[in-house]
Parts: sequence; C-alpha cells; structure tokens
Amino acid sequence: MRYAMAIDTKKCVGCSDCVVACQTENNVPIGFCRDWVTETVDGTYPNVNIELRSERCNHCDNSPCVRCCPTGASHFEDGGIVLVTHNKCIGCGACIESCPYEARYSHPDGYVDKCTFCIHRVRKGENPACVSVCPTSCMYFGDLDDPNSEIVNVLKNRKFNALAPEAGTKPNIFYLT
Amino acid sequence: MKEELFVSGRNIPNIDPYLHIWHWQIPIYLFLGGLAAGILFLAAVYTILGKDKEMQATVKWAPFIVPFALIIGLFMLFLDLKHKLYFWQLYTTIRLESPMGWGAWVLMIMTPISIIWSASYVREVFPNWDWKFKFLYAFEAWVIKNRWYIAWPMAIYAVILGIYTGILLSAFNARPLWNTTILGPLFLVSGMSTGAASIILMSKNHEERRLIGRLDLLFIAVELFFIVHMIMGFLAGSQVQIDAANLFLGGEFTVPFFVFVILLGLLLPAVLETLELIGFKVPIIIPAILVLLGGLIFRFIMVEAGQVTRYLY
Repeated sequence: MRYAMAIDTKKCVGCSDCVVACQTENNVPIGFCRDWVTETVDGTYPNVNIELRSERCNHCDNSPCVRCCPTGASHFEDGGIVLVTHNKCIGCGACIESCPYEARYSHPDGYVDKCTFCIHRVRKGENPACVSVCPTSCMYFGDLDDPNSEIVNVLKNRKFNALAPEAGTKPNIFYLT
Repeated sequence: MKEELFVSGRNIPNIDPYLHIWHWQIPIYLFLGGLAAGILFLAAVYTILGKDKEMQATVKWAPFIVPFALIIGLFMLFLDLKHKLYFWQLYTTIRLESPMGWGAWVLMIMTPISIIWSASYVREVFPNWDWKFKFLYAFEAWVIKNRWYIAWPMAIYAVILGIYTGILLSAFNARPLWNTTILGPLFLVSGMSTGAASIILMSKNHEERRLIGRLDLLFIAVELFFIVHMIMGFLAGSQVQIDAANLFLGGEFTVPFFVFVILLGLLLPAVLETLELIGFKVPIIIPAILVLLGGLIFRFIMVEAGQVTRYLY
C-alpha cells in the first residue's frame, strides 16, 4: 500500500477550500496551515500561464524528516504516511530544517505538526478532508499499489510532475499539468 | 520570467517568508562544541606526546573551560527546543541516522570525560582542595595514573565532536548552503583554531604560545582552503547551490562574511601571527580574540544564511 495524491492544476481554481477544510478538520491553530495554495505565474501579458497548486506534506518515500528525527517521533505509518508522535517530539526543529517543501511548522503547544493525509479518515475508508471538499474535484487520493485505483488511472493518462524531485525525497504528491 | 506567490495567505511564524527555526542558540552551541573539541584534542595530543610538563596551559588550564562550554552548549540546545519538557527522549532513543541524535550522545560521553580530566588537575590549581571522600581520592589517583590511556579516546571523541558540529548542518539536503560534506572538516578545523586561540589566551609560557600560535596559523590556512573549496564546490553544483554561494558573492551575507569572517577572523590574525613568528612584537591576545570572534560570527552567518537557502519559491 502506498498512499498518494494527484492534483489537477488545470481544474484547480485556487479557492483555498482545501486549506479551510484542513484547518477545521484538524483543529489547526489560527495563523498556521497544513496545506496552502501556491500560484505560479509564467511569462508576461499576453503570453501568461498561471498554475495553481494545492501543496502540503509530500509524504516522501525517502523522507529527510524521518531520517533526521533524533527521537523517532517522525515516523512512517501504514501506507507510507509520515506522522509525528506528539509526545515523542522534543521540538528541536531538525525536521523543519530538513523539509525542502517547508511543510512542517512548530505548533504553539511545542511539538512539530504537519499534514497527516487525514489518517483518521483514511483508516475509515474516507478521503482526506481537503480532497472531499474540493468543489472542482481536482484532487485524487488513493493507493499507488492498487492498479485499479482512480489515482493510478489518472497518472497513467495525464502528464504530471512532482515538486523539487531533485531534492531526492521521492515525493508522493503529483501535479497533473 | 517566472514568479511565484502564495495566495492562501500562508504566513506561518518562523517559516514564512524565510525559515528561521534555529535562532541564536544553535550557533552558540556549535561554537562552544567546536571550541571544546579543539581544546580537548590539543590537550589529548600533547598528553599522548608526553609534553604535559612543557604545555601547561594546553593540557591543564584550558580544559577547565571545556565542561562549562559543553554544559552551556547543551543548555543552549535545550533553550532552542520548543517541546522542552520532553527533552529527555533524546536519551531514551538511539538513532544513528539522525545527526542530532548521535551528537547528543557524543556530548553525553564528552562532558563526563572533560569533567574527569579537569577534576584530575583540580588539586594542582587549588592545592587546598579537599575531595571529602576516600573513594574520590582513589579515583583521582587512578585517573592521574591512566591519563595517557584516557587521552586516546578523548582525542578521537574530540574529532568526532568537532566534525559533528558541521555534520549537524550538512546532513540537511533541503538547505543547499549546508548540504556540503566539506562543512564537517571545515567546522572541525575552525573549532581547533578557536580552541588554540583560547589556549593562547590562557598560556603564560612564551614557548607554548609560540608553538600553539604556529599550529593556529596552520588551522587558519586549512580553514581558508576549505572555505574556498566549499564555495568552488557550490559554484560547480546545481542551481540551488549556485544561489547559496551567491549569498556570499554579492548577496545579502557578502559584507558580514568577508569583513568579519575572512578579513577580521582569518586573514588579519594570520598576518599578525606571522609577524610575531618573524620577530615583531605583537600582543598575542589580539589575534586570539579575533580568531574567537571570527569563529563565532562564522557560525552565526552559516546558520542564518543556510536557512535562507531553499529548493522552492
């Protein structure tokens, strides 16, 4: 089992519903977020291209954050989901420094927090909050090891890229272009 | 032309717009770790060479700073933790993959060794010192008898500690400025240099100061070579590393780096120490203090600048 997400940048309108859904579902403190929307503008008018991306922790296969954690608080859960055990985290910040996506932040309570792929929902067979609220249905969540899953199908038929693959992290969020 | 901006209003404290998770505590921690490594290494080497009579400051006096440096350093690390009450978990896990993990363990071994080393010289500094218990006298006698054997692991651990202060940073792939293997040796040599400088400050023996001064000159030369090597490596690297090097070559850290680290922290003390060697009268305290300040500022700049370098946005 290998959980991953594919996000269609052609369908995303940048409404930030995913951001708000995540903050509500996971009780993210005010001023922080586990996912966010980035807008990339290429070229100058009239030849402009805008790409909108909903970004979050990439739940990398080769996670630098898991590697550098001195206490083992950052770890892999089933399906390759990277989680932080709050009462094992000492808040040293090494994982925040190690993440090329800057997907982690220091929670006001002291521990390090980040996207969990809504593991509490995924275990019940539901989609992560961000995926389930997306008004344009531009996000796909599923198991890469299941050849019949929607995400494998969409990655087979569309062009996609990942963020900073040169960082060697083997990210699991794919952007359909 | 490519331009990127956040539209979700992401403005997380200490992450946006630039990462600033590690504050002033970490450079001080790295500086004190390097200083301790330098002093202990030189103390161990001169003990192994059997020169503890000639090199009083190196072997006896300067190591007295080390336990304090290590304890303050660890306290600095503790101050930088955000989940402080859970700090003990550092010592209930052994994770060799994590530089911070094994570094904490190296410090845990180094601190008692340095305390024992200094304690065995306490009665030479304070002749009236009383250990109160018989077993402490027995332990002291055992340490004094076996100093030569203790010096070996101490020298090896000192090198590991010095390299660790660099590896702590260089293990982060996500920060291109830190992600260079030369950082370990560079911080080690810089630590040796600051260690030598503090020995020079404490020594009253002219011969010893000359010898350590010459060693310091060697450390400075190697350090300069490593810095050039590091920047050359960056410029021959990927785009993110070229951007990292450009922080020092025209970017926002150019002036502090070249003025405080290269000029005042390395070149000027090297010139002053050379002048001293060829017979001019130079108060040795000046190059020593410059080296110490240069080493401290170097770590501040590396920690700050490293956090500015990134892959995305």
